[in-house]
Amino acid sequence: MTVWGRRAAIAIGALGVIYGLGFAAEATLIEYVQRIVLLAGINVILAVGLNLINGTTGQFSIGHAGFMAVGAYAAAFFGVKIAPLVHSVLGEGALANGVIFNLALVVGGVFAALAGLLVGAPSLRLKGDYLAVVTLGFGEIIRILFNNATFLGAATGYFGDDPTGLPAYTTFFWVYAWALAVVVAFANLTFSQTGRSLGAIREDEVAAEAMATPTTRLKVLAFTLSAAAAGVAGGLFAHMQAGIRPEDFRFEKSIDMIVMIIIGGLGSISGAVLGGIFVAVTLEVMRDLQEYRLVLYALLLISIMLLRPQGVFGTRELPSLLRRMVKR
Amino acid sequence: MMLSSRRLFVSVLLAGLGTGLVGCKKKESAGAGPSGAGEASKPIVIGHYASMTGSTAHYGQDTDKAVRLAIEQVNQQGGVKGRKLEVVTLDDRGDSAEASNAVARLIDVEKASAIIGEVASSLSLSGGRVAQRRKVPMVSPSSTNPKVTEVGDYIFRVCFLDPFQGKVMANFARNTLKLESVAILKDVKNDYSIGLADAFRAAFTGAGGKIAVEQSYSQGDTDFSAQITAIKGSGAQAIFTPGYYSEVGSIARTAQRLGVKVPLLGGDGWDAPDLVKIGGDALEGSYFSNHFAPDVATPKAQKFVADFKAKYKQEPTGLGALGYDAAAVIIEAMRHAPNLSGDAIRSALGKIKDFEGVSGKITINGERNADKSAVVLKIVDGKYKYETTVEP
Repeated sequence: MTVWGRRAAIAIGALGVIYGLGFAAEATLIEYVQRIVLLAGINVILAVGLNLINGTTGQFSIGHAGFMAVGAYAAAFFGVKIAPLVHSVLGEGALANGVIFNLALVVGGVFAALAGLLVGAPSLRLKGDYLAVVTLGFGEIIRILFNNATFLGAATGYFGDDPTGLPAYTTFFWVYAWALAVVVAFANLTFSQTGRSLGAIREDEVAAEAMATPTTRLKVLAFTLSAAAAGVAGGLFAHMQAGIRPEDFRFEKSIDMIVMIIIGGLGSISGAVLGGIFVAVTLEVMRDLQEYRLVLYALLLISIMLLRPQGVFGTRELPSLLRRMVKR
Repeated sequence: MMLSSRRLFVSVLLAGLGTGLVGCKKKESAGAGPSGAGEASKPIVIGHYASMTGSTAHYGQDTDKAVRLAIEQVNQQGGVKGRKLEVVTLDDRGDSAEASNAVARLIDVEKASAIIGEVASSLSLSGGRVAQRRKVPMVSPSSTNPKVTEVGDYIFRVCFLDPFQGKVMANFARNTLKLESVAILKDVKNDYSIGLADAFRAAFTGAGGKIAVEQSYSQGDTDFSAQITAIKGSGAQAIFTPGYYSEVGSIARTAQRLGVKVPLLGGDGWDAPDLVKIGGDALEGSYFSNHFAPDVATPKAQKFVADFKAKYKQEPTGLGALGYDAAAVIIEAMRHAPNLSGDAIRSALGKIKDFEGVSGKITINGERNADKSAVVLKIVDGKYKYETTVEP
């Protein structure tokens, strides 16, 4: 079997497993738990995306909610507008819905990437705190643009043309298929030559530059890809929520995303996956505590940071940790 | 042991966390009361999702207090269909993903027969979609955006709509105050504010008035001097500023400082005790439309104000009155419904007619909205004084 043949077989196998698990989840879990599982998958995409720029490349962005918003709005708007055309060609049904949804997600990702390029190209010449402040500003600008865009529902939010909201395309299968694709793609990038160059930028930008690494170009690349992942997550979120409001992409959302990657371990993809799940699950698990859950959530974060300042995984990855444990 | 101080701190934190968990669990199970065997003796659960924390926590907490008061009173009278009622309140932090999660949890985990929520229209839209899909009736106490009940036939409300409030204030300004020219200062970040401003403009110009100038701000702004200066030069006889209380207070202060002496006009977003705290005497002589007037009230409303004061040691707000009415309407529907299925409660809700609520007579119309009157209040000596009632 050729290399590509084997890869295709693995991919089909993995998708089959996700499909089976998704089928089981939808048959057995109550809607409330299903929602949390879906949010966890969306968070994984967000965290793995943000980790590429904040963790691997070491350029701190605190405005990623803005890119999520761009992706969410682009996917939702495009999905609503293209649906009649696709339905007229393919008819109604799961196939047509899958086509519409994935086209919408790709459009969401592309628009978010363009926004990332637009923001990243001028601002990634800045370093550290300055970059953080610029990304924060851009995130807010994007949100305020949506707040004033009347054709996207302005402050009420965009709910499509149907009073019951955007179609609920977001299923377990699509969320986790996209999450898997993002994790694999970003892992391959991180452990490629380009990924090593990104790591070099994080460790010492001047030294990397001296070794003829095109630092600005690579930083913009990482930023753009990271924004694209946030955009796809936004598209999934929009079609799960049946509607999106500018208020859902506040500064707090960016902070949530940063918490995910710091809890898991800045620079670790496994950590980002864990952190994404942690943030989605923890607040819901503490529901019984009523208003106190926010206090306890903060205390929990403080405790984790005191016990493991480097995050759960540090900069390591799950496979290498497992290998070390086996060797011992 | 050098490391131990950090370890100690963390273990104290975790211990606190643990006791917190246990303590809260206990409190909740105590609230449920003794439950006998069988479905019929279990309490009927009414779910309430609200922003108990976050920037609009005031609204959620006011509403929740009134909902709890309503349920407590019904339980003292023996409950509904021989069963006690129980309220389960879930916080949504003003976030739409959490609002949907909360509604899903109310239905799946808490087994709510009916749901009350939310104050903010956009959150009612998010939560309402879940309730509609699961066919559990939901009554919004105070979401005034027309879209909320368009979600589907399980979504109701007990308040009037944005356009109605804008119209009330426009007619009041034109016919009662005899104003020729009014300035609009709206919050562009807030769909509620935009809705009221649009309706006001249409009704006021329709009645022969003139909009002197239209200015805008964004929720969270603290400096309004540019807008007020522009309004000052326009010769407006009043400023219609249908925003939320926190900004309105600052706007009033800015107007006073810049020597603008015209009254401010607004909607029910003004209704919070903090309004007068922030605005102070700059708000004297201003008018706003509201759901009920605490000072001139029907016997039912007077009893509500007295009971609320006795239980919580504070004045109820209009949002509280609406929360109380939302609960009362659901209870009324449950009494008349043949059983407690979602469909039966929904049909009974649709048949509510001339129901004597705290905030006026409520009739649920074909669009599942409430037909009811509005009152106009004037701010005198830091208190809200009843001015007039406007029928639909």
